[in-house]
Amino acid sequence: MKYLDEFRDPKVARRILSEIRSLVTRPWVIMEICGGQTHSIIKNGIDQLLPKEVELVHGPGCPVCVTPLELIDRALAIAARPNVIFTSFGDMLRVPGSHKDLFMARSEGADVRTVYSPLEALKLAREHPEKEVVFFAVGFETTAPGNAMAVFQAKKEGLKNFSLLVSHVLVPPAMEALLGSPQNRVQAYLAAGHVCTVMGWEEYEPIAEKFHVPIVPTGFEPVDILEGILQVLKQLESGEAKVENQYLRAVKREGNPTARKILSEVFEITDRKWRGIGEIPKSGYRLREAYAAHDAEKKFAVGDLETEESELCKSGIILQGLLKPNQCPAFGAECTPQTPLGATMVSSEGACAAYYKYQRLTEKD
Amino acid sequence: MCLAIPGKVTKVFEENGLKMGNVDFSGTLTKVCLEYVPEIRVGDYTVVHAGFAISIIDEEEAMKSFEAWQQVIEASEREGLDIYGNPLPKKEAE
Repeated sequence: MKYLDEFRDPKVARRILSEIRSLVTRPWVIMEICGGQTHSIIKNGIDQLLPKEVELVHGPGCPVCVTPLELIDRALAIAARPNVIFTSFGDMLRVPGSHKDLFMARSEGADVRTVYSPLEALKLAREHPEKEVVFFAVGFETTAPGNAMAVFQAKKEGLKNFSLLVSHVLVPPAMEALLGSPQNRVQAYLAAGHVCTVMGWEEYEPIAEKFHVPIVPTGFEPVDILEGILQVLKQLESGEAKVENQYLRAVKREGNPTARKILSEVFEITDRKWRGIGEIPKSGYRLREAYAAHDAEKKFAVGDLETEESELCKSGIILQGLLKPNQCPAFGAECTPQTPLGATMVSSEGACAAYYKYQRLTEKD
Repeated sequence: MCLAIPGKVTKVFEENGLKMGNVDFSGTLTKVCLEYVPEIRVGDYTVVHAGFAISIIDEEEAMKSFEAWQQVIEASEREGLDIYGNPLPKKEAE
């Protein structure tokens, strides 16, 4: 397949690995932010192919995993209303709230539907004027433009029965929060490639400078990830710390200006709570006042709901790169994809799900 | 959500006032919104995320990567090194 096979070429991958081996002189900790990259790394065994000095830690870049429990409970409360069609990407249906998940709500009679695109939710709103159609708008900067477009269109068309339950999170503030933590071990980042297709990499330059960490926006295929690691290591070994783009075929410095324009039209920046991490200042989007009529939290008045987080689940420290999934005592025991304790085991981008799926049961050393 | 593979645009059309298109992912045709890639044309490759094309694959940049790798591999083979950077046994060297 064009633009895919070349980036999976074992010959190229081995050549990059040999360069990495000849370059590394001491231990380094590199975090890949994006859950999609975590899956690619574990699936392809990249973590095990690297020299033992290079440790990859998995970041908080799974939007489903970091959606706070309160939002899941609010989603459940809205979905339980008799006149509501609640729509979401499939991953969200199985994320446990305080007492149940959206899948269970559906089995109890709630009209919960999986959509592939927010435009499908908008279509439902056009087709069912007698119902309230709510879309659970989760995701990073990559998903946000689509959700912004859906609400922009709803307003333009005068569709009053369409709203978003917004839980958008932004990557750079989280990267900065992790680097500023006293427990931080991260010395360099592979930045999330598709977030950068939208936002570019200007936002990363002050972070690289302030914390003196190399940051390399990276693609998702094995060669992309290895090349990203090589670029990061070259900088680490020479004491450099700048933003360098590996994912040249998809990412430009300014990102996608058309998408960025509509993002700033529809959303404004707000503080957001991340599941397992806590509140990070200026790390999320909320709808601007002009779109308040399409804000599900306001429309359904689901503010103060009490939440109960599982005490067994260690996903919070896993998301901060402080624990590997297979080091959690509940991993594969109390917590499996069939009986997940936390979102990191549910989501197709979750680090725990990656370790479980690809049978990464023991540490390489 | 992020493991988007590149797909090829096979058709461009308008729906509810939005630029839409059919994108072929190795035989699977999907309808996607093309509003964020206004300059896209039939035959272009694109990265699609949750129903929206967010980036056009830059063919020139992709080719630069392939060429750079090819040069490194060829250079190391000329030096008698295999793809791991180890010396090639003479009779196995092509």
